[in-house]
Amino acid sequence: MFGSYEFDWSSIPGSLSFLGQGLMVSLEITALAIVAGIVWGTLLAMARLSSIKPLAWAAAGYVNLFRAIPLVMVLLWFFLIVPKFLESFLGLPPGSDVRLASAMIGFALFESAYYAEIIRAGIQSVPRGQLAAAHALGMSYPQAMLHVVLPQAFRNMVPLLLTQAIILFQDTSLVYVSALADFFGAAYKVGDRDGRLVELVLFAGAVYFVLCFAASQAVRHFQRRLQRA
Amino acid sequence: MEYQWNWGVFLLPSAVNDGTYLDWMIAGLQTTLLLSLSAWVIALLLGAVVGVLRTVPHRGLAFGATAYVEMFRNIPLLVQLFFWYFVLPELLPAVAGNAFKALNPVAQQFVAAMVCLGLFTSARVAEQVRSGINALPRGQKNAGLALGLTLPQTYRHVMLPMAFRLVVPPLTSEFLNVFKNSAVCSTIGLLELAAQGRQLVDYTAQPYESFVAVTVAYLMINVVVMLLMRKVEVLVRVPGYLGGK
Repeated sequence: MFGSYEFDWSSIPGSLSFLGQGLMVSLEITALAIVAGIVWGTLLAMARLSSIKPLAWAAAGYVNLFRAIPLVMVLLWFFLIVPKFLESFLGLPPGSDVRLASAMIGFALFESAYYAEIIRAGIQSVPRGQLAAAHALGMSYPQAMLHVVLPQAFRNMVPLLLTQAIILFQDTSLVYVSALADFFGAAYKVGDRDGRLVELVLFAGAVYFVLCFAASQAVRHFQRRLQRA
Repeated sequence: MEYQWNWGVFLLPSAVNDGTYLDWMIAGLQTTLLLSLSAWVIALLLGAVVGVLRTVPHRGLAFGATAYVEMFRNIPLLVQLFFWYFVLPELLPAVAGNAFKALNPVAQQFVAAMVCLGLFTSARVAEQVRSGINALPRGQKNAGLALGLTLPQTYRHVMLPMAFRLVVPPLTSEFLNVFKNSAVCSTIGLLELAAQGRQLVDYTAQPYESFVAVTVAYLMINVVVMLLMRKVEVLVRVPGYLGGK
């Protein structure tokens, strides 16, 4: 079925360390965004469930806004627009390149909106009586959340959080628009340099597939064990 | 240095004199809508077929459908897009590959983006269809078979009419995702909404206005789709089910 295309995989072995560095960048971004997403997402979820109305509205607005805009747009905002804003309004020296840091922060802010929704559902899955019981024991609200509600909520959410982490890892490929050398960016560069884009795109796709498929099978296995327990 | 806001920028004639910058934005919006809607049609048709195949008691078919879904779900959209646009035309038999390359560049980008987005979304639609079918009470299938219907007839007349109605609410978020994911297609040079916004930044030196306009356009698409889907949900909901009458 293949046409006359002659494959030449020879540019991959020599570039493995460069591609490996790219993969490390992708994993670092993933880890950073997961940590930031869970911390900031938990705060957002608690704000959204808060009885202080303006706080709840602000959190709902944040989550709905980020979930309505494409990730590409968010990254472009934080890569092109926000740095300019910072330069002119905060008086940063023009030479200081904050674009990559800014894009990273934008990515984390975007992903935390998705985490916030998962965590909100997790908190709501804990029976109300748990909070009442904690209060009856004399715990303050922060203590009750930290020691009673959140541990149970997170236990319920683990599979969903992990699934979201796999999606997030795939999303990191979009930092391509911000010229950050992640795994896909590295693969594209090698392919472009050697005129071997076909091989490198196929290679990148295979690597993503193996990693994400293995991870999602592991999550499924873990989920089954959790259900049996 | 104070930023000079100028919302009138959209009414200025564009740098290459093909109308105003507003025309650029509208052209981008049209491309986004056309791309997303045509991809959605592909996704619904293929997704329905693959979703059904995942539930049939035939090992080969079910395995093939599962492989299809896992393939499209475990590779980033950007990589898939580059596959359709840069890789596949090289691998196709010379006749088909050359036919694709003979298209004008915009058509090449559009076709690749549409196929990519359609297949990518179809895997997600298939998952929803599958869970809709699995959510049906087991008795429905058995009742159909007991009445002497063949398995395909049972699917056609008993299970699918119910399953497709149950699947509508969860499909709303997939429909929203198509529009958001279409922004990825700016990376192959397709001039849709996000790409036009970026182009305006380069041409007009009014970055805030153009980005705010693009963002508002995406928010509006979101609102319209949600209102539309709410109407559809009311239309198809099943009495007696959660959310039903």
